[in-house]
Amino acid sequence: MAGVSAWLPFARAAAIGWMPVANGPMPVAPRDHSKRKDELIVLNVSGRRFQTWRTTLDRYPDSLLGSSEKEFFFNEETKEYFFDRDPDSFRSILNFYRTGKLHYPRYECISAYDEELAFFGIIPEIIGDCCYEEYKDRKRENAERLQDDQEENKDLKLPNMTARETMWRAFENPHTSTMALVFYYVTGFFIAISVLTNVVETVPCGTSTHQKEVPCGERFTVAFFCMDTACVMIFTVEYLMRLFAAPSRYHFMRSVMSIIDVVAILPYYIGLVMTDNEDVSGAFVTLRVFRVFRIFKFSRHSQGLRILGYTLKSCASELGFLLFSLTMAIIIFATVMFYAEKGSSSTKFTSIPASFWYTIVTMTTLGYGDMVPKTIAGKIFGSICSLSGVLVIALPVPVIVSNFSRIYHQNQRADKRRAQKVQKARLARIRIAKTGSTNAFLQSKRSGLLDELLELTGTEADEQKLSKSVSLLESQHYHLLYCLEKTTAHEFVDEQAFEQNNLETALQSYTSPSPSPSSSHGESTSTCCGCRARRKNTALPEPEPGPSPGSQSPFRPHHPQRGPLQELSAIHIQCVDPASHKTSRSSLNQKAEDGGRVNCRRGQVTTAIISLQAPPALTPEGDGLHGAPHQRRPPPPPIPPQAPPSIQTMSSSHIVKVSAL
Amino acid sequence: MKTKNRDQSLSDSRELDGSYDQLTDSIEDDFELSTVCHRPESMDKLQDQTKFTKKELQVLYRGFKNECPSGVVNEENFKTIYSQFFPQGDSSMYAHFLFEAFDTDKNGSVSFEDFVFGLSIILRGTINDRLNWAFNLYDLNKDGCITKEEMLDIMKSIYDMMGKCTYPNMQDEAPREHVENFFQKMDRNKDGVVTIEEFIESCQKDENIMQSMQLFDNVI
Repeated sequence: MAGVSAWLPFARAAAIGWMPVANGPMPVAPRDHSKRKDELIVLNVSGRRFQTWRTTLDRYPDSLLGSSEKEFFFNEETKEYFFDRDPDSFRSILNFYRTGKLHYPRYECISAYDEELAFFGIIPEIIGDCCYEEYKDRKRENAERLQDDQEENKDLKLPNMTARETMWRAFENPHTSTMALVFYYVTGFFIAISVLTNVVETVPCGTSTHQKEVPCGERFTVAFFCMDTACVMIFTVEYLMRLFAAPSRYHFMRSVMSIIDVVAILPYYIGLVMTDNEDVSGAFVTLRVFRVFRIFKFSRHSQGLRILGYTLKSCASELGFLLFSLTMAIIIFATVMFYAEKGSSSTKFTSIPASFWYTIVTMTTLGYGDMVPKTIAGKIFGSICSLSGVLVIALPVPVIVSNFSRIYHQNQRADKRRAQKVQKARLARIRIAKTGSTNAFLQSKRSGLLDELLELTGTEADEQKLSKSVSLLESQHYHLLYCLEKTTAHEFVDEQAFEQNNLETALQSYTSPSPSPSSSHGESTSTCCGCRARRKNTALPEPEPGPSPGSQSPFRPHHPQRGPLQELSAIHIQCVDPASHKTSRSSLNQKAEDGGRVNCRRGQVTTAIISLQAPPALTPEGDGLHGAPHQRRPPPPPIPPQAPPSIQTMSSSHIVKVSAL
Repeated sequence: MKTKNRDQSLSDSRELDGSYDQLTDSIEDDFELSTVCHRPESMDKLQDQTKFTKKELQVLYRGFKNECPSGVVNEENFKTIYSQFFPQGDSSMYAHFLFEAFDTDKNGSVSFEDFVFGLSIILRGTINDRLNWAFNLYDLNKDGCITKEEMLDIMKSIYDMMGKCTYPNMQDEAPREHVENFFQKMDRNKDGVVTIEEFIESCQKDENIMQSMQLFDNVI
């Protein structure tokens, strides 16, 4: 809940519209125990004093200043909060509380700023759009610089690498060992030799007995053949070794470099296989042309060549535009020239395609002179053609050039691919923060039930603990959402539960899974050995499902209605046989995700009640964040780990899945 | 005393401004609107006209002004602010109805006075006042009676706020059924509309509604 917390009273007042239509009673409103008037608090940041209202800071309860975490910094003597941080950065942080927008000051170093944000518990994703581009650019630059440094130090030999891994490393980084370096130079040498022989083969050298110039290739057939064979053998061996050493053979075979390798050596083998047949000799000659592709093998040896290739690939759209506009212009001018020259006799412009040649030569300002217009109209249009050619070609070229220079200077990797990932990650994180608030509500709802219970049966200390852990603002917000639920007699659930509910109702109609009486019931006793442990710990009376007579649901929260024996059997079967529709969930169970990771305060959240004690880990996010459940409470002791599931509560209050890790 | 001087100077400057016509300003394009500032009445006047204390007015105004520096809320802003409290559903229709109810002078924007008058009735008014306000909210065309269509619109907007992911699954007929329920309860003479008298009478007879109306005593 963002900076509109000041409008919460308004939102609560607006709920008056629901009251007359609601069919049941509304839940009890949270009381404001601490009738604390709004006061000014002083934040002393390394000597510079900032003052603000307490409610301003309370707007963002999941950050340091908004939560009780700031009490750690409270200085009793001076009655102010002292932070030993940079006062300049603090300005933008405090402005975030005041205006709701986080700005990134340009003079600030990116990593210093990140540290400040991390310290004060603010995620960088909420930087306002005005400053977000700048922030991301600086961050990427920084990351690239660090990565460059890292790559230079990367070539330490790990102690236990298999021969295969060593070979692969040797191939990829020739500097790692002398053998690799030797190999690198040898292959380079042979590539050069191969290309050279291809070239020299066609040079006429001396006359034969027939007084005719023959190319060297035909004069020294055997020598050239031996040379060729040697090169191809080296290349083949190299290719096979690379194939062997590659960590992912399939991936390697699809990579551009390996395709070039294959194309380089294939003509030779095809030539061996083919007989000296008249019909195919034409094709055979064509194949020899492909031998020139060996020159592309140099790109392994040259970074610049690779960058050039990448640039061309990334400028594909500009190149495409250039090609397209040229084609249009060529067709237009060729047509015009053809019809203009049609009249004149013995003209070379015999057809429109024949005029294409003239147009291209003219537009690129080559001007061979093998075709020239003779009529006046032809000459006029010819001059227009050459003038426009200059323009059309000049336009896209600077774009390509600047692209190349940018890429070259950055020594880029797949920039675009990374941007997409980052964008996705950013959106995912923002979505998590958003659903974090929903999940917070859903979880708090359950603990709200416990809250009421405690007021009936619990001790003073427990109540204090509970009421402190959720701020007044949040409890009021949750109460509001709760009233809405009561009004419409429906409940909020999160997407996960929603999907699974649908899945279950679908499956229920098809299968009757023996393990569980009804799948939703089964859920409440799901995969759990932890259930057993949970039972052990309910020293407290089993929490009654709070006084909600109007509640329409048939299920009671975490209330196994069945006897222990049945439950155990249910558990047993569950553990052994992960039913098909449960597998998705069991894999999710692995990740006891802290969906609200951004909300650092989740750690101390609610429910001191052990029976519910699911760790603050909320339901795993659908987008599959990975992370160890690092905020779990230690699971109750004797848990025979069968399948490794994890303690976790589902968001729907009536369906509690408990699994033990 | 200090505040009194400030209020004095505020009202002076407003008079000096001449006829500060907020209506014409709001017709200008957006850039103009954002630089134009609407100042509310002085705190004393507001204190007389509403049932809030000075401190409460201060807190309310600070929150109001923070979110809307120009001093008025237009419907877009209003919807945005309200939707932040209901991340899962779509609260724009209900916010629209609320906006209509708050904007008593029908000028397309809610000023601080409108805001505070509305809140005063809801939070500090008698139960009858609150019921009247709620009736006013439901009566979309302000003709003194609620028809089934009006109620259906309101009900749909409330249900929209729940969003898609609910338990049990949200049926399409849920709002309609709810409206039928409502009319059964409220419409005494079964003439298809609910008048203000029927509404207040039925609400007063209903325990739950009376109790929930008391919720609003402690909101601020």
